[in-house]
Amino acid sequence: MDHALTQAQLDTVSAHIKAHQHVPGGLLPLLHAIQDDIGFVPETTYPDIAHALALSVAEVHGVVTFYHHFRTHPVGKHVLQICRAESCQAMGSAALENTIKANLGVDYHQTTTDGEITLLPVYCLGNCACSPAVMIDDEVYGRMNADKVHAIIQEVCHG
Amino acid sequence: MVKVYVPIDSTALSLGAERTAKKIIAEAQQRGLSLTLVRNGSRGVFWLEPLVEVATAEGRVAFGPIAPEDVTSLFDADFLNPSSASAKAHPLYQGLTDDIAWLKKQQRLTFARVGITDPVSLDDYLAHDGYQGLKNAIQLSGEAIVKVVTDSGLRGRGGAAFPTGIKWNTVLNAPADQKYVVCNADEGDSGTYSDRMIMENDPYVLIEGMTIAGIAVGATQGYIYLRSEYPHALATLNEAIRKATIAGYLGENILGSGKAFHLEVRRAAGAYVCGEETSLLESLEGKRGLVRFKPPLPAIEGLFGQPTIVNNVISLATIPIILDKGAQFYADYGMGRSRGTLPIQLAGNLKRTGLIELAFGVTLRELLYDYAGGSASGRPIRAVQVGGPLGAYLPEHQFDTPLDYEAFSQIWAVLGHGGVIAFDDTVNMAGMARYAFEFCAIESCGKCTPCRIGSTRGVEVMDHVIAGKQPAKHIQILRDLSDTMLHGSLCALGGMTPYPVISALNHFPEDFGLSNKQAAA
Repeated sequence: MDHALTQAQLDTVSAHIKAHQHVPGGLLPLLHAIQDDIGFVPETTYPDIAHALALSVAEVHGVVTFYHHFRTHPVGKHVLQICRAESCQAMGSAALENTIKANLGVDYHQTTTDGEITLLPVYCLGNCACSPAVMIDDEVYGRMNADKVHAIIQEVCHG
Repeated sequence: MVKVYVPIDSTALSLGAERTAKKIIAEAQQRGLSLTLVRNGSRGVFWLEPLVEVATAEGRVAFGPIAPEDVTSLFDADFLNPSSASAKAHPLYQGLTDDIAWLKKQQRLTFARVGITDPVSLDDYLAHDGYQGLKNAIQLSGEAIVKVVTDSGLRGRGGAAFPTGIKWNTVLNAPADQKYVVCNADEGDSGTYSDRMIMENDPYVLIEGMTIAGIAVGATQGYIYLRSEYPHALATLNEAIRKATIAGYLGENILGSGKAFHLEVRRAAGAYVCGEETSLLESLEGKRGLVRFKPPLPAIEGLFGQPTIVNNVISLATIPIILDKGAQFYADYGMGRSRGTLPIQLAGNLKRTGLIELAFGVTLRELLYDYAGGSASGRPIRAVQVGGPLGAYLPEHQFDTPLDYEAFSQIWAVLGHGGVIAFDDTVNMAGMARYAFEFCAIESCGKCTPCRIGSTRGVEVMDHVIAGKQPAKHIQILRDLSDTMLHGSLCALGGMTPYPVISALNHFPEDFGLSNKQAAA
């Protein structure tokens, strides 16, 4: 799928490349900066990144795809991450995952049809004292159940 | 004006602390009352969060857990005057915070300030013994600083428990124009959150520890490699670094000593394996996080090929108190070769979860029942995983094991980063064994075959076991496969995945469709 970037997005990418090209080990900070601003790392930016950092396109592709955090496609307006790690499992996260998937009508790495929520798995949010935990955008929520998650989604999307 | 404290720690926030704080402000305005709201760190008493405290001459008085909807009743009870009879009669009144038994019995050294101070206030840090360690360190030679750390007996708190002083000594004695201090803040182990708590609730103690490390070995640049799942820690660290730099605690000329140390936070990107130190260094260099062969050790050839200290957050955050109070003060805590204290994190199915810092030697049973009060579900605790996803599962008959690196290794378990996850009797241990392989398959860096292939084969074998297909044969394959991963993997990810798998099999054979007798055969 091709995601044509707007001129503003292209300018953002160029500015970030310029700011990071001489930073030691600057590729990860650069990829973060791009994804923070435009929501993903478009594959069409690989050649410019590679050229500026004296890497091959394959190396850039290798780094982007190695890390779970980086994505090459746009996501929904909000990202919902459900913790799948042991502490949350001990407090019933497996059932919570299934209910949320059914309620949203999506599996992991998919976006709801209204484009609001992208569902992702995550392995530990550091909120293990209050399992099960979920994260919506940059906020963590503890001691969750399906009703509470539903209420938070409503608030975040329509609040 | 009366001071009211509402924590800003992300677990407190995950329970509604932000809304509680806003409600307190709004309610006070409505009633024409004046108060100063301080956003402090959390003391880690998470079963009482959001914990609202009111300052008094006798100390802080606690109310908790205070959900936003409890705020009105707090004001109705005149909680701003906590010695009033109505405040004391409030059902969520907890008395003086320092007298809460759960906290009072702890031995907080690394976490001495956590929950007490405003995390980003440098003045608050200085008023609570902050930067005393650094002030001592700049008077000492590098050799003398390293000797203090060595004599304290501090061992790497990330999990490997390697003596910190020995690591520093190697870097000290490695000649180079540029050396580095790298903090491993990629706290990916489930059940652990002590690194996050330090970074969010007392960031200066980590900054001070890294600065001392830099001065000790002659490193002028430090990096904190922080997991991307911790946005609040990122913001707090950056703010603290900015303030410390302005005040001359970081930069070209630290406290006028002529010594330089610069610090930068780098965000990880969601790869568990980057918690392994060589994979972390690759990632910091902007590459895929593939594990390196050792030797060379990172202390000799680390970041960008230069001598590098790589230490966990807790190890580095413990340095200031050691340099402040002395090696012997720290070494006087603990048992055997496990000196000092361990910040223990209670997680999973427990009634009273949170951060407990104690000298080594406390038993699991004390933690699970005396501190945590048993399971959250009220059902019997059946298994406990200590040390993260690569740690063994312990059954009830091992709950008297003291928290000590050597005692755990004697029962084929690991203390790791001090995370304790409890499961009640609804857990299926074959399912947990399958999950251990699944996690390893998702997170393997792919460099070595035992981990890359073994983890996926492990999931398949566990599927056969769970389906009851030729269990005896598949259990044998499971043991062989685990043996290969244990001995043939390049790093701890593949090399320790057998710990949860085989401990689950050995201690809970009935979940694998075996009788105890078959399991022993």
